Amino acid sequence: MPAPVVSLRDITRRFGPVVANDRVSLELHAGEVHALVGENGAGKSTLMKVLYGLHPPHAGTIEVDGKPVRIASPAEAMRLGLGMVHQHFLLVDTLTVAENVVLGREPRGAFGACDLRAAEREVGALAARHGLAAEPQARVAGLSVGEQQRVEILKVLHRGARVLILDEPTAVLTPQEVDELFGVLRGLRAAGTAIVLITHKLAEVKALADRVTVMRAGRVAGGGGAADFPPGRLAELMVGHVPALIEARARGRAGDPVLEAEALAVHDDRELPAVRGVSLVVAAGEVVGLAGVEGNGQHELVECLAGLRPARAGRVRVAGRDVTGRGAREHAEAGLSHIPADRLRRGLVRELSVAENLVLGRQREAARGPWLGGASLHERARAPLEAFDVRPRDPGLAAGRLSGGNQQKLVAARELTRAARALLAAHPTRGVDLGAVDAIHRRLLAAREQGLGVLLVSSELTEILALADRILVMTGGRLVHETTPAATDERTLGLWMTGRATLGDAPLPPPAPGAPGGGGPGLARDARDAEPRA
Amino acid sequence: MEGALLFAAATLRISVPYALAAMGGAMSERGGVVCLALEGIMLHGALAYVLGAWATGDPWLGLLAAVLAGVATAALHALVTVAFRADQITSGIGLNLLAAGLTRFVLVTVFHSSSNSPRVAGLPDLPLGPIAQVPALGPLLATPLVPLTLALVPATVWLVFRTPFGLRLRATGERPDASAALGLSVARLRTTGVLLCGALTGLAGAWLASEQHSFTDGMTAGRGYIALAAMIVGKWHPAGAAAACLLFGATEAAQIALQGSGFPSALLQALPYAVTMLALAGFIGRATPPRALGTPYDPEAV
Amino acid sequence: MSAAPGAAPAAPARLRLPLGVLAPLLAVLLALAAGGVLIAAVGQSPFEVYALLVSQALGTGYGVGQTLFKATPLLFAGLSVALAFRAGLFNVGAEGQMYLGGFAAALVAAYAPLPAPLLLPAAVLAAALAGAAWGAVPGALKARFGAHEVINTIMLNFIAFALVSWWGRALFVPATVRTREAPEAAWIPRLDVLLPWLKGSPANLALLLGVALAALVGVLLFRTRAGYELRVLGLSPGAAEYAGVRTGRAQVLAFALAGALAGLGGTSFVLGYKHWFEQDFTAGAGFMGIAVALIGRNHPGGVLVAALFFGMLAYGGLVVNQRVPADLVNVLRALVILFAISAHALVERWARSREA
Repeated sequence: MPAPVVSLRDITRRFGPVVANDRVSLELHAGEVHALVGENGAGKSTLMKVLYGLHPPHAGTIEVDGKPVRIASPAEAMRLGLGMVHQHFLLVDTLTVAENVVLGREPRGAFGACDLRAAEREVGALAARHGLAAEPQARVAGLSVGEQQRVEILKVLHRGARVLILDEPTAVLTPQEVDELFGVLRGLRAAGTAIVLITHKLAEVKALADRVTVMRAGRVAGGGGAADFPPGRLAELMVGHVPALIEARARGRAGDPVLEAEALAVHDDRELPAVRGVSLVVAAGEVVGLAGVEGNGQHELVECLAGLRPARAGRVRVAGRDVTGRGAREHAEAGLSHIPADRLRRGLVRELSVAENLVLGRQREAARGPWLGGASLHERARAPLEAFDVRPRDPGLAAGRLSGGNQQKLVAARELTRAARALLAAHPTRGVDLGAVDAIHRRLLAAREQGLGVLLVSSELTEILALADRILVMTGGRLVHETTPAATDERTLGLWMTGRATLGDAPLPPPAPGAPGGGGPGLARDARDAEPRA
Repeated sequence: MEGALLFAAATLRISVPYALAAMGGAMSERGGVVCLALEGIMLHGALAYVLGAWATGDPWLGLLAAVLAGVATAALHALVTVAFRADQITSGIGLNLLAAGLTRFVLVTVFHSSSNSPRVAGLPDLPLGPIAQVPALGPLLATPLVPLTLALVPATVWLVFRTPFGLRLRATGERPDASAALGLSVARLRTTGVLLCGALTGLAGAWLASEQHSFTDGMTAGRGYIALAAMIVGKWHPAGAAAACLLFGATEAAQIALQGSGFPSALLQALPYAVTMLALAGFIGRATPPRALGTPYDPEAV
Repeated sequence: MSAAPGAAPAAPARLRLPLGVLAPLLAVLLALAAGGVLIAAVGQSPFEVYALLVSQALGTGYGVGQTLFKATPLLFAGLSVALAFRAGLFNVGAEGQMYLGGFAAALVAAYAPLPAPLLLPAAVLAAALAGAAWGAVPGALKARFGAHEVINTIMLNFIAFALVSWWGRALFVPATVRTREAPEAAWIPRLDVLLPWLKGSPANLALLLGVALAALVGVLLFRTRAGYELRVLGLSPGAAEYAGVRTGRAQVLAFALAGALAGLGGTSFVLGYKHWFEQDFTAGAGFMGIAVALIGRNHPGGVLVAALFFGMLAYGGLVVNQRVPADLVNVLRALVILFAISAHALVERWARSREA
C-alpha cells in the first residue's frame, strides 16, 4: 500500500477539562475517500481543525508526505496542500464567485490592477475540469446553498489542495445536490485527491467511502475498510454499547395535552426549511423523548415551541392555549418552562449574579409590583441552589464564574422549580457531571409525577431510554419513527437517527452495488425532499 | 447663465472638503473600521497646513504637513481600534474632542491667539492658460486641490474596485473571518484603510486652511459629520459619496445664497442630516454598511 | 460579544471590583501624564500646574462651588449615556437632548401663563419632556428599522441646533442669541443659599436634583423589574428574548429616559445660572457625558464621582489659564476617553486569555 499523504498519530487536544481528542490516530491516502464518523461532540470536527491549523494539538504528531510538520495556521495548512470546506461557509456575499475563489491570489493586469477576466477564465476552467457547475461572474449572495458549497470547493482546489476535508457537507443539500457533490468527489478521488468526509449519515459512508474511522467521546472507536463496516456496525460503534439502565417505574396516567405542535414548519437562520411539518402531543405526566442527531431541525423546533422563532405554518398550543406567533412571554404565561440548548446565549447572563439568573424569564412573577431585587432575590435563591447542589453556593456570584456543569444545574434549578405545565428540556444534562445528571433526572421524573409534561430533546440515547415514556426520532426536519423504550434499543434508534427510513416504512433492502447516492430510494424518501425554494 | 455658473462654482468649492473626507471615510469603513474621527482629522490637517506654511513659507510643505498630520491622527485611531480592539465609535469621538482641544492649545501657545493664526500663503494656482479664463469655474479649476479631488474620485473607485488591495479590503469589511482563513492579515488591511482615510481627510483640512489662508478655531464646523453622512447616503462607494457631497454642497450653496431673503435657512442647514437619517432607516434604497463594520476582529473567536 | 463600552469586564469576581476601578484610574493617570508632557512643552512644571489646579478648584469655597456647577450638567449627561449603555444603546445625542431641554425650560419659564409656584416645576418638567421626545426618536428608529443609533443621534444633535437657531429668530431678545429672562419664581436657587461658604458661585440646586436622579437610576437599574429587563437586554439580547423582554419597547423606553436625563441637565444653566437660554450653552457637556459614563463604568455612583472629577478639571483649567492654555483640560478629557477604552479593551483580552 502506498504511503499515506497525511498521518495523524496520537493526537490529543483539550479544551479546559474536556478532552476533545484522546490519542487519535488517522491515515489519509491519495485517491481515497475516508469517512470520519461520529455523533456531535465525538471529536471529529476538532480533529480536522487540528489538522487544518486552527488548534495546536497538546500531544501527538502530524506527518505530511512522510515528513513531520507543525501546522500553526490555516495558511500553512493550505501551503501543505490541505484544503477544508467548512460547514459554515466563509464566503463574501457581495463579491462574485471568481472574486471569492481568487481572493488572496488575484491574477494581475495592467498597473497592478486585478485582471478579473483572467480570474473568471481560470475559475471557469477549474470548474469545468472537475465537473463543478459554477458561474464565475455570479454574485455569491444570489447562489443556492449547493452552489455556494461548490465555490468553497473551488477555493480549495484553486490553491492546489491534495487533501480535501469536508465537514458535514450534505447537511444543507437536497438529494440532487448530494448526488452532484458525490459525482464531483468521485472525480477528485480518481484524480488522486485524498478526501476526508466528516459525516454522521451512514448511507453516505456506504455510498462513497473507501475507509471509515468511527469516533466516540474523543477516541477512535473503530475503523478500517468501509466494506467491513455496514451501517448497523457503524451505528453501534457511534452510540456505544452501554446497556441502558431502565428503571422500572409506573407508566404515568397520560393526562390532558400540555404541549402540542400541529403541522409545524419552521425555517433556520438561513431561511431554509428546518422543520417540515411536525406534529406531536405531550400529555401531562409523560416524558416524550425526541432523539436525533443535532442539525436535523430539533433546535428550530424547540425554539418555535418556546416562542423564540416564528412558525411559518402550523400551530403551537401550551396547556390548550393557542400561542402560535406569540413570544416567549406568552408561552411562559401559558405554562411553559424551557431549558435551552444554548445556555450561554439564551439561558443565562454571565455578568449577572446567580440569584438574578434564577429569575430570568420569570421576573414578572418574582417581582412585587415594580420592585425586584436585593435581599429578596437572594432569599429566593437558597432553596433551588440547595436542591440542585449548585456550587459554589453563593447567590451573589456572577454566573459566568460557575463551571459549565453548575451553570446547567442552575438553569435546570430555575426551570424545574416553576409552577409550569410543560417543560421543554433541550440537552438538559450537557456538560454535567454524572452525579448531577442523576439528580436532574430524578427531579425531572418527580416533576413528571406531579403532572408536568416534558419534551426531552437529547443526543444522549441512554438518557432518552432512561427517562422517556415515548420516543420520537427526528431526522431531516421530520418525525420518522415512534416507539417506546421497551420496544427499542440504541442500535435501532441509531439507525433511525441516521436517515435510514421514514415513518411507516418497512426496513429497506440493501442498495444495489454502484447505485448513485448509495441509499437508493431510501434517500429520496428521506425527509430532505426537494422543495421549491421560496 | 452667469448665475448658474456661479452657483456651480460655489457648489464645487464647498463640496471639495466633503468629498475628500467622505472618500477617506469610505476607505476606512470598507475595511470594517468605523471612522467618526473625520472632523478631528480634518481639523488637524488644517492646523498642520498652517503650521507648515508658516514655518517654512512654502505652502506645498504645508500640504505635506497636512497629509502627515492626517495620517498620524488616523494611526492613533488604528492603534486603539485595530491593535487594541477597543470600541471604534468612542475612539472616533475621543479623537474629535482631542483635536478640538489640541488645536486650540497649539493656537494659543504658538500663535498667542485664542481664535486665529496669522495669515499664510495659499497653494499657488496652476498655470492652466485659457481654461482659467472660464467665468467662475476657471479660477476654481486652477486651484490645485480641485483638479486633484476630481482626479481622486475615479482613482479611489479604481483602488477599491479594481485592485487586489481593494478586493481584500472589501472582503475584510464583510467577512474578516473569510479573509483570515485565506491567510490575509485583517489587521494590516484595516490599518491601511484607516491610514488612507487619514491622508485624504488631512487633504480636506489643507484645502480649508489654504482657501482661508489661516487657521481659525473650530474651522471645520461640522464638515466631518456631513462627510460621514454623505458616505452613508453614497452607500460607502467613493463615487456615490462624492455625488452625495455635491448634493449637500449644493444645499449649502443655496442656503448661503438665500441668507437674508427670509427663507428659513435652518431647514436647508438641517437637510443633509435629515436625508442621512432617512437613508439609514431604509427610505432611500438600502444603506447597507459593510457587514463587519464596527466589530473588532478577534482571531481567537473561532 | 456585544458588551457596550464601559461595561464591567468578564473577570473573576474577586478581581472584578479592583479591576473595575483600576482601569479607569489607570486611564486617568495616563491622561494626566500625557497632559504633563504638554505642560512641559510650554515650559511650565506639570506638578505646579496640577497642584494649582487642584488647590484652586477644591481649596476655596468659590472654587468648590464652580467645580460643583461645572459638574452638574456632566452628571446628568453621564447618567443619560450610562443608562443607555446599560440597555445596550449608544447615546451620542445627549448634547442635542440637553440643548432642547434647556430651550424648552427657558421658554416655559419665561412665557408660560402659570401661577408663580408652578413655574419652576413646569419648566423642569418641560426640560425632561423635550429631552425624552428627542431621545425617543432614535430609539424608535432603532426598534422599528434597526437603524444604528450612533449616526442618528449625531444627526439629531445638528438638527436640534438648526431648529433652535431657526426658532430663535422669533424668540430671542433682539440683537442677542438668548431668550427673555425668566421671572424669579422660575429660578433654581443657588447652593450658596444653603452653604454660604460656596459664596458667589453659580452652583445651584439642580445638582441636588442630579444626585437624586443618580440614586433613582440606581434603584431603577438594580431594584426594579424594568431595570432588570434593561440590563438583561444590554448584556445579552438572546437571553432577553428568552426571558420574554419586549426588545423594541424597552429600547424606546431606555432612550426616552436617557433623553429626559440629558434634557434635565440643561436646567442648571438655564434656570439656575443665567435664567435664560443662550445659544451654545451646552458647550460640549453632552459629549463629555460619554467620558463621564466610561470612567464611571456606567454605574450611577461612578458617574457621580467622574462628573465631579471632570467638573474639577473644567474649572481648574480656567484657573491655570495664565500658565497653560485652558484647553489643556479639553485635551486631558479627550485623552481620558482614549486611554479608558484602550485600557478596557486590553483588560478584557487579558481576562479572557486567563479564562481559556
